[in-house]
Amino acid sequence: MKARIIVTLKTGVLDPQGKAIEAALSSFGLSGIDGVRQGKVFDIELAGDDRATAEATLKAACEKLLANTVVENYAIEIA
Amino acid sequence: MRAAIVVFPGSNRDADVARALTQAGAEVVKVWHADTELPAGTDLAVLPGGFSYGDYLRCGAIAGRAAAMDAVRAHAARGGLVLGICNGFQILCESGLLPGVLMRNIDRRFICHRQMLRVERADTRFTTAYAKDQVIDVCVAHGEGNYFADAQTIARLEGEGRVAFRCCDASGALTVDANRNGSLNSIAGIYSEKLNVLGMMPHPENFVEDLVGGTDGRGLFTSLAA
Repeated sequence: MKARIIVTLKTGVLDPQGKAIEAALSSFGLSGIDGVRQGKVFDIELAGDDRATAEATLKAACEKLLANTVVENYAIEIA
Repeated sequence: MRAAIVVFPGSNRDADVARALTQAGAEVVKVWHADTELPAGTDLAVLPGGFSYGDYLRCGAIAGRAAAMDAVRAHAARGGLVLGICNGFQILCESGLLPGVLMRNIDRRFICHRQMLRVERADTRFTTAYAKDQVIDVCVAHGEGNYFADAQTIARLEGEGRVAFRCCDASGALTVDANRNGSLNSIAGIYSEKLNVLGMMPHPENFVEDLVGGTDGRGLFTSLAA
């Protein structure tokens, strides 16, 4: 089984890298972009095929290491 | 005073902090990150500066979960002293020993310069050699030193007198220019609830010799070794 974890900054948390990317995009003359927030994606290969077990494992991975929940949210997608 | 310096893959300021502690009269031993115990009789655990695990994932994230950190957590829970400098501060936040997080500097640049700090209190085990509100001249060198925590946490830190140092100008004023990494309330270092854990971004160990530009960092180590 494959899964994808998406980690994003919480609303209101300053994202200097996102701001820099936004400024770079607007410097190319691309219009219509109002904001950029940078995040992280983790593609994970899972052993076994029990979805509930996988979900519990991935949640533990996020809480323990992959996201710092002080400033980040995470979303789990299981293929 | 027996100090145990925890060395992670990518730590690079362990020798400097060892030298500063030895100069102050402490006995220093080094501990590898995979060790599960601190040496018997450890009074102070030190997490040195550097780039543990190459800053992969988030600064201090992987080191914060290292085996030695369980021993540091147990040491702190017993009331033992813990000092984290720069990457060590990031590790303390990631490990849950201190609240908040060190975010990318507000201007996105790695900063490396002399930094004036205001000593917020001189009655902790880390600061008795200083005076309250004393301005000390040390150094900073980091890309992620922008202290952030939610409003409730900041209010609690302020209310409980847990801000250790703030970035200031030479007169002790908290200006925007003096707070180059963008930390909330100009915070450069904080204490744990029981004041036995200190995390700070600046490097006091850089300034313990006249030969290299100053000695204002000495007070922290002499306070600890006293």
